[in-house]
Amino acid sequence: MASISFQNVTKSFGDFNAVSNASFEINDGEFICLLGPSGCGKTTSLRMIAGLETPTSGRIYIGDKDVTGLHPRDRKISMVFQDYALYPHMNISQNIAYPLKVRGENEATRGERAQEVADVLKIGHLLDRLPAQISGGQQQRTSLARALVNPSQVYLFDEPLSNLDAKLRLEARGFLHHLQHSMGMTSVYVTHDQAEAMALATRVAVMDQGRIVQFATPMEIYRKPATTFVANFVGNPPMNLLPVEAMVEDNRLKVKADGLDVADIPMQRSFAEAVANNPNITLGVRPEHLRATAEAENVVRGKLFANENMGAEKLVTIERPDAARFTARIFTDDDIILSEDVALGFSSQHISLFDTDGNRLALDDE
Amino acid sequence: MTLSFQQILSRISFSVLAALIGICFALPLIWFLFAPFNARAELGLEIPSPFTLKNFFTVFENTFAMRGLLNSFIQSIGGVVLVGFAATLAAYALSRSDIPGKKSITYLLLLFSSVVSGSAAMVPIFLIVSKLGLIDTHVAVILVFAGGLLPTAMFILRDFIDGIPKSYEESAMVAGASSMQAFRDVALPVIRPGIVVVVVWAFVNIWGSFLIPFILLRSDELMPASVAIYSFYSEAGTPIVTLLAAYALIYSFPVISLYLFVNWKFGFRFFGGIKA
Ligand SMILES: Nc1ncnc2c1ncn2[C@@H]1O[C@H](COP(=O)(O)OP(=O)(O)OP(=O)(O)O)[C@@H](O)[C@H]1O
Ligand SMILES: [Mg+2]
Repeated sequence: MASISFQNVTKSFGDFNAVSNASFEINDGEFICLLGPSGCGKTTSLRMIAGLETPTSGRIYIGDKDVTGLHPRDRKISMVFQDYALYPHMNISQNIAYPLKVRGENEATRGERAQEVADVLKIGHLLDRLPAQISGGQQQRTSLARALVNPSQVYLFDEPLSNLDAKLRLEARGFLHHLQHSMGMTSVYVTHDQAEAMALATRVAVMDQGRIVQFATPMEIYRKPATTFVANFVGNPPMNLLPVEAMVEDNRLKVKADGLDVADIPMQRSFAEAVANNPNITLGVRPEHLRATAEAENVVRGKLFANENMGAEKLVTIERPDAARFTARIFTDDDIILSEDVALGFSSQHISLFDTDGNRLALDDE
Repeated sequence: MTLSFQQILSRISFSVLAALIGICFALPLIWFLFAPFNARAELGLEIPSPFTLKNFFTVFENTFAMRGLLNSFIQSIGGVVLVGFAATLAAYALSRSDIPGKKSITYLLLLFSSVVSGSAAMVPIFLIVSKLGLIDTHVAVILVFAGGLLPTAMFILRDFIDGIPKSYEESAMVAGASSMQAFRDVALPVIRPGIVVVVVWAFVNIWGSFLIPFILLRSDELMPASVAIYSFYSEAGTPIVTLLAAYALIYSFPVISLYLFVNWKFGFRFFGGIKA
């Protein structure tokens, strides 16, 4: 196992920057998720760690070693590819054991190890088949098995669970989580499923258009999203965002918008600066921090737009006069009666504020 | 359902027309199968009676013609090995590496090969070969064929390899294979159907070619079957149909069996391990 370090890494294709000036440290034994929308540079970042892509500038270290220009085979890594890349002419057993074969293990050991790993991943009965003769989910587990068969310094996963059905995906996710805990393997895991990232990662790197916009623990990303982009990407449904006008009065922050009543917010240094700059800021509230209310303060009002029953909870969406929508997750236990006009209340502890450029305004004690 | 008179008429005439066209194609083939076994074969179609192998025995006694078949094999196999080997490596490099301008290189080569090779280039080719002192050798024939077929073979194979995801070799390299090992263990088996197609195509091309060996070779001992077939013409230049038919059947045999063999052994098919 080893740490990974990115130092000012940029990767350009022509004049398009797939990854721009990324710097971060991954500690030994961490499980990092690269999270972001399609095309944001997740796969490219992973491929640079693997050595399949050379950075245009910057350096990459695995452990203490500068691997920037090193051939993939000299990096002691394992990788699960987005498209599996199973060898069509080899059977499942040979596929899984290929990393052992090129490292000169004898045939008996190879067969044994392949069987072991395959059994854990429940594909032990398929070893004699060709990749074309097994299902998509089984192919995915085969490629997972091939990555796990040989001990490596770093494990790289490119959306390894994207093709599994919901139940298998949860199962495989649990398995990976368990594996990570028991083996303490350094892993980098690419996904665009925020729930997967939150569930698996020790830390999450949220990427947008080639940049890492936030690199923090799942909890911090959830509670203190660094930008409106992160706020909008993480959480299901994502954070409600509302443009408001702010002003400072008696060392308190007042925010105003149609159909919104917010109690004055205790002043913070970052607020003062931002408001002095531009009073148009953004208020964010997570759906789970909203509830039906009869109070007059800390309330957002609108017409009922949708009321979806999810079993344990309800998703109540209201449409505001400015056509912006607010969604609340309301637990069905607190039985409420929804009329046409709905008021959703929140606590002022649970709000986030973002400046005009979408960056989070920090509290003084952060 | 009742058909109008006109519909019936149009159906009948369509069938008759189709049958006529079919016969035009079938007749030479049937002749080709029957004539060798007929001791008195002529250009007309005739069912052999009695059925005889005498023509073949006469052909087998013609050492020049038999030697020609062997020479055809030497030249075809030499050419095919060279084309298959060089085209595979070149196409792989052109597909996988990021040499700037590799696209234009391929197109340029293809353009040149189609303009330059063939009968128009026979004089310069002859001069080059004779300068190299290779006139009247198998090597000359093999090299000239390889040179003419390579660009097209490369082009076909490069397209084929372009269609194969890079992640096969990448996953092999991540697993610990050198680029060479990744090529041998993973890429080559996956490319094989494409190579087989190119090899068959090159073999058929060389096997059936007349002009190049006819010009580059002098001695009877080196002439391939396509040239040796002229030994079944009389002094006056009229074909001895019986022997010609028998020899033609023997001559076509390797090509037909190559198709059958390849289809049986490799099959012109492909199976994948990549998520669609
Ligand atoms: N070889 C290449 N040549 C040119 N552009 C490329 C190349 N590889 C990737 N890109 C571009 O770089 C950007 C990042 O690609 P990347 O594959 O890293 O995205 P991703 O985050 O993995 O997306 P997805 O979730 O869809 O897999 C994309 O806009 C892509 O078009
Ligand atoms: Mg990707």
